[in-house]
Amino acid sequence: MNLQLSHFSSAVLFGLFASVVFGITQRSTSREQIRYGLYCFAMFVGGVFVAGWAMWLLRR
Amino acid sequence: MANPSTSKEVAATQPVTAMSVIAPAIGWLIPGAGHLIQKRWVRGLLLMGSIVIMFLIGLAMQGRVYRPNGGDILDILGFVGDVGAGGLYIVTRAMDLGQGAVAHATADYGTKYIIVAGLLNFISAADAYHIAIGKKP
Repeated sequence: MNLQLSHFSSAVLFGLFASVVFGITQRSTSREQIRYGLYCFAMFVGGVFVAGWAMWLLRR
Repeated sequence: MANPSTSKEVAATQPVTAMSVIAPAIGWLIPGAGHLIQKRWVRGLLLMGSIVIMFLIGLAMQGRVYRPNGGDILDILGFVGDVGAGGLYIVTRAMDLGQGAVAHATADYGTKYIIVAGLLNFISAADAYHIAIGKKP
């Protein structure tokens, strides 16, 4: 099997799985875990966009 | 300023139970199982799903699984990350998968997926230990 994902979908999937684990392991209550997981996911996806625009600016 | 003896006193008061040894060990071997044997069903299944799927996607992207005797320091670090996946790593090595494909641009992503899945499983096993000693609900 050969899975070919784009850069963006690879980064989003990576952020999704890592956020689930971070949320569960780094906070105690269910509410805090969900909030922290969503925060991590937003940071991952936000970081992808920031890095993307930074590389676009560097390329110009 | 913190009392330097405080952490030692806290560690001394926490009893070493069978669960505090078994939970992280089985959690390392089977991702999420350390939580499942402590009846944290939802957390365990979410951890298991995330780590196993991440590892399998890494393999499907033709990622490379590092060997213990890589020689290069980066290969050794890669091996430390990979071995965190426990049983997944053992099965993968036994089936001789994870050879890596330099021809694919996404294969490098796959390698990183596999390493990070192992590292996340280390965190998961540590969390199972914290639950076992009562440090976390």
